[in-house]
Amino acid sequence: MSRIDQVFTALKAQQRCALIPFFTVGDPDLSCCLPTMHAMVESGADIIELGIPFSDPMADGPVIQRASERALKNNVRLLDVLNVVKTFRQTNTTTPIVLMGYANPIERMGVDAFVKTCHEVGVDGVLVVDYPPSEARALSQALAPFAIDPIFLIAPTTTDERVEEIAGLARGYVYYVSLRGVTGASHIDVADVQAQLNRIRQHVTIPVGVGFGIRDGETAKSIGRFADAVVVGSRIVETIEKAEKEKIPHEVGQLIHELRQALDNAL
Amino acid sequence: MKPYDMPSNDGHFGPYGGTFVSETLIAAIESLKKEYLFVRDDPAFQQELAYELKHYVGRPSPIYHAKRLSESLGGAQIYLKREDLNHTGAHKINNTVGQAMLAKRMGKPRVIAETGAGQHGVATATVAARYGMECVVYMGAEDVKRQAQNVYRMKLLGAEVVPVTSGSRTLKDALNEAMRDWVTNVHNTFYIIGTVAGPHPYPMMARDFNSVVGRECLTQMPDMIGRQPDAVLACVGGGSNAMGIFYPYINEANVQLIGVEAGGEGIHSGRHSASLSAGTPGVLHGNRTYLLQDDNGQIIETHSISAGLDYPGVGPEHAWLKDSGRAQYVAINDDEALQAFHDLCRMEGIIPALESSHALAYAMKIAPTMSSDKVLLVNLSGRGDKDMATVAERSGITL
Repeated sequence: MSRIDQVFTALKAQQRCALIPFFTVGDPDLSCCLPTMHAMVESGADIIELGIPFSDPMADGPVIQRASERALKNNVRLLDVLNVVKTFRQTNTTTPIVLMGYANPIERMGVDAFVKTCHEVGVDGVLVVDYPPSEARALSQALAPFAIDPIFLIAPTTTDERVEEIAGLARGYVYYVSLRGVTGASHIDVADVQAQLNRIRQHVTIPVGVGFGIRDGETAKSIGRFADAVVVGSRIVETIEKAEKEKIPHEVGQLIHELRQALDNAL
Repeated sequence: MKPYDMPSNDGHFGPYGGTFVSETLIAAIESLKKEYLFVRDDPAFQQELAYELKHYVGRPSPIYHAKRLSESLGGAQIYLKREDLNHTGAHKINNTVGQAMLAKRMGKPRVIAETGAGQHGVATATVAARYGMECVVYMGAEDVKRQAQNVYRMKLLGAEVVPVTSGSRTLKDALNEAMRDWVTNVHNTFYIIGTVAGPHPYPMMARDFNSVVGRECLTQMPDMIGRQPDAVLACVGGGSNAMGIFYPYINEANVQLIGVEAGGEGIHSGRHSASLSAGTPGVLHGNRTYLLQDDNGQIIETHSISAGLDYPGVGPEHAWLKDSGRAQYVAINDDEALQAFHDLCRMEGIIPALESSHALAYAMKIAPTMSSDKVLLVNLSGRGDKDMATVAERSGITL
């Protein structure tokens, strides 16, 4: 059983919803990463998604794009992202880490070399935003021998036929994009998300996380009533953007704590 | 030999092309693909397109024998396919007319586009006015400054021009921003991509719409000289004018195809836009192709005197034609392109676009090495009026 499966199994037994924060590695610099990750775990994060900086993050909104730009200004490479995981694993062997990024930096390193290093440093899942199932074959094959889960997105516009195809490939959890648009947009329609999750669960047996547009405890709470996980990205990156550097772990921790409480109070 | 039939059903040209986009865009792309594959074989659509190309664009464009230029070089004869004579002054309109007709057919009242120098933006604003559609053009903030006149042209035509301030503030960032708009507004919006890049079916679709250029040449050249040319040359940024003239010639095995990239200040300077000559394969803007990138897979900033060639990727079909050896790709630097620009002005009374001047410069380079019965056909993809400020500045003149 993968680390991600273990987390969801444990949460299910407690009837709790997983909280998955996201931030971009190297934003605002590499030294902040580990304290921020540990603060996230201490404040109630169940899984951490780490963004791999990319110069052209086409599916992201301005907030996450700026995070990538800040990281790239510090010359943060994919190798640095993997090193962060390696160091994190020296003190934390239980919290799953999912890497989220775009195909090009991974292909530049080489898909096989990337997967091998992921395995060595203790990565648990990989989500390549611009690898829809039809283009993800090489990555899926490379991941297969290891306990690293390929994570896929499902959109409101994804047809039942495609949901079925994704169900056949995905492991760990699937990530439902709760609105049309890019990361960081607003106007989430809770009833619509619930209806969509019911549709998705007719095909997908692994946990379903919901992300894009979850900006506060109130929304997290209402989504957490029926989702297996909520993913919070842009809101965290905004907090990082606004905070003084030394206070980032603390302020992010506070935000996670609020979201965690909101989710647990929903029960 | 089996006739050329790329791309595959899923949009691959060998290892290149494909559909590298987020799941959030897949439904839009699937519906575009379905609609495009239908109209591709629909006589009514093709008939209407032919009518528009004749009466609105002004096709067919002539082929002109540049005799004085050829004589001065003392070698192969240079012929020019005059895409500069099209409405709006470049080949770009061939594609925007086709895509706008498709948008209309799909019931989308709003079109969006990315633009670098502004030529594709102008061509999109033009057809949006022609078909009564709302039009938003994304343009890098740097380019908005450099191309004030084209910005004003687009506004005159009723388009909204949105300056893009993210990333390197140029064409690639405008494309990212247009994609973001599309994924958010896909219910009422059609994205008119200006080149043979992007996710499938865009590379195929933009190629098909531009291939009227090469199809005309296939009949015009035998009419003029009794045979096909020895080589066809075209400049390559994203590669739409080149695919337009190359594609109908791919099965003509005796015709050499030469793509000319922007060598900027020289390949060794690192300041250029020659993705095929100096790049490596990777994934950007929805397709796998040759890219200018660093060792960590980040896209690097490009340079060319011609804004229309200033792009770090290239259409995936060019990547395939390069690897398969069917086409050759070379680079011409800024100074060589400028010289060709001035020579054509002075010797033939034609002011070419700086983009097209790259293709012309390479033809002028090889012509003297060939005998005078050889024929080089250059796609003169656009006119140079838009480049007055750039050329004047390079000559130390303030207009």
